[in-house]
Amino acid sequence: MSHSNSAIRFNPAAKEALGNTQLRSNFRSAMDGLMSKRLNAFQGWDLEALRDLGAAIRHNALRQLPDLLEQLETQCQQNGIEVHWAEDGDDACRIITDICQQRKARQVIKGKSMVTEEMELNHYLEQAGITALESDLGEYIVQLAEETPSHIIMPAIHKNTEEISELMHRKTGTDRRPDARYLTHSARQQLRQKFQQADVGISGVNFAIAETGTLCLVENEGNGRLTTTAPPCHIAVTGIEKVIPSLNELPALLALLPRSATGQAITTYVNMISRPRQSDELDGPEAVHLVLVDNGRSEIYQDEERADTLRCIRCGACMNHCPVYTRVGGHAYGTTYPGPIGKILMPQLLGLDQTPDFPSASTLCGACGEVCPVRIPIPDLLVRLRSDKVDGNSLTRNPTRGHGAGKAGLENTVWRLWSWMNRQPAFYRIMIAMAGRLRVLSPRRLGGWTRFRTAPRPAPKTLHQLMKQRPRTGQRP
Amino acid sequence: MNQARDRILQRLRQRQVTSAAMPTDPGVLLRDWDQAECVKRFTHQLTTNHADVFKVQQLELESTLVKILTERQAKTVLLGRNHPFKDLLPALERQNIRPMLYQDAVEQWQDTMFNDCDAAITTTLGAIAETGSLILWPTADEPRLMSLVPPLHIAIVSQSTLKATFAQVIAEPPWQGRMPTNALLISGPSKTADIEQTLVYGAHGPSELVVVLIEDQ
Repeated sequence: MSHSNSAIRFNPAAKEALGNTQLRSNFRSAMDGLMSKRLNAFQGWDLEALRDLGAAIRHNALRQLPDLLEQLETQCQQNGIEVHWAEDGDDACRIITDICQQRKARQVIKGKSMVTEEMELNHYLEQAGITALESDLGEYIVQLAEETPSHIIMPAIHKNTEEISELMHRKTGTDRRPDARYLTHSARQQLRQKFQQADVGISGVNFAIAETGTLCLVENEGNGRLTTTAPPCHIAVTGIEKVIPSLNELPALLALLPRSATGQAITTYVNMISRPRQSDELDGPEAVHLVLVDNGRSEIYQDEERADTLRCIRCGACMNHCPVYTRVGGHAYGTTYPGPIGKILMPQLLGLDQTPDFPSASTLCGACGEVCPVRIPIPDLLVRLRSDKVDGNSLTRNPTRGHGAGKAGLENTVWRLWSWMNRQPAFYRIMIAMAGRLRVLSPRRLGGWTRFRTAPRPAPKTLHQLMKQRPRTGQRP
Repeated sequence: MNQARDRILQRLRQRQVTSAAMPTDPGVLLRDWDQAECVKRFTHQLTTNHADVFKVQQLELESTLVKILTERQAKTVLLGRNHPFKDLLPALERQNIRPMLYQDAVEQWQDTMFNDCDAAITTTLGAIAETGSLILWPTADEPRLMSLVPPLHIAIVSQSTLKATFAQVIAEPPWQGRMPTNALLISGPSKTADIEQTLVYGAHGPSELVVVLIEDQ
């Protein structure tokens, strides 16, 4: 197979991760806990009916996506929220940096936002001389360690308390005390001043409500509320797929998201922001911006089957239940979104040529599909991407980025030969006859296949021969 | 960036939508609990989430508030500029608890709020039994940071405003009208489990939430 040199290789990274027993035990215990918490949280619920409702709400919202985005824009503008559109990550980074520079901002405080991870915003701001500080505890730890999140909900889940204690001691001078309470309260103290000093707060968005122009954010720590309330300017960044028609769709999604993510009935805070500070109000940002980021989503949207990927509400349940993710952790994927959702989303965002291992980094056990609160058919989409990886040429149109990347090399030559042979009847008959006679010569070892299975061997007689020899029981018409 | 906008919308509109809309039946979200059941669940849910709940008569409100503050050794308490707790002030004075009024824009006294406010008392718009959530629509009289910056948040809930679920709450005014600058659901003290899944209260918001539920007469 030929892949570009920049391609992300999951398989070698996974092999390495599997050898790291500390990492494996950190993930295993966390994921086991999250699975049982989720199950408990849905007790007393008709979970299947609730998932039907969640799936329908997201599906219907995506059906009217362009209209909803326009409505959201109009309503936000009427509310005094400035709306920006970004075609890709660089566009979005530029827009955000421009807003910061216009305000002469030097310090930015950030709430948790996966889309800003996607575009590596912190790096971009740093180059413009603006310091961006993560305020979610997990993100703060990951930033201190100069790493990336290994889970979309629990960014620092790959580290245990000892490791975090050592890291905070080295980077912030806290005592070497592997005590979560002490470490959390130390981080609170360290960030308290920063919230007050920050010129701009940058956050993600969980749901954007078109009808009212409301940005809904869920969180437990209060850092999200501080980020969106204390600094004089708030920039909310979101992928274009997160819009829902009205407030009426919110309760179902709120019932599903925290329960699926961490097994909570609700997050400590549900923060609904509809406008900047009004003239009579005493706090809140005087300016609110909304940055709508496409970054490949409108391309995924073109294909109705693949567009189901965009239903995702980023709960992370698919990761928590994935036997592969649990064993290798989030970093082995090497992409912003790891786990099952990453395996279907990243190839579509970056191209199958960039993520060649992703569609097959799965046993297709189906757990992700069974727990997805909005019923994204993740296993079906993995199969679809496997086929896209070897599909598409000048004759068949295939809009998936990097499709056919797995088609090069020996395998491709074999299939070409095969298709040619099947178009030459005489040659075909000769080859088939030979295959039957020379069957003893077929190889006994076939790479990975024969590690656990016996090698396939051509049958002595072809199906055609067998059919001809079969005694006729009925009369032909 | 209007070009980006037009291009994104144009790409989205290229798609031929062939799938049908899926039915959305919100029935699964609704609960027909009577008020006693709502109170029971509300209290249970909040307590599970590490909040304290006091059920009191209207007449006991002020004394309960003073008790909560003194027990937690608060030296100062933040109140809204037009707060409805007029009778509270003399009682606070007797306990040496200094009331602070949120009457200036935050910029003028941010340091004091972040460092010197031990507690804040706010009212609520209503509450949700199923998730144990307080509904706050902050106003100029009770700004957003009151329920966030001081380490102790005391919230007053009238039992009559308690509803079963969020779905039932938003079906009625004022939610079906104009949304406020900021609407909030608060369901416990701030918390995190980001360090090896160990639950710790008092992440960036209040470490304590006390709910005073005023029983109907």
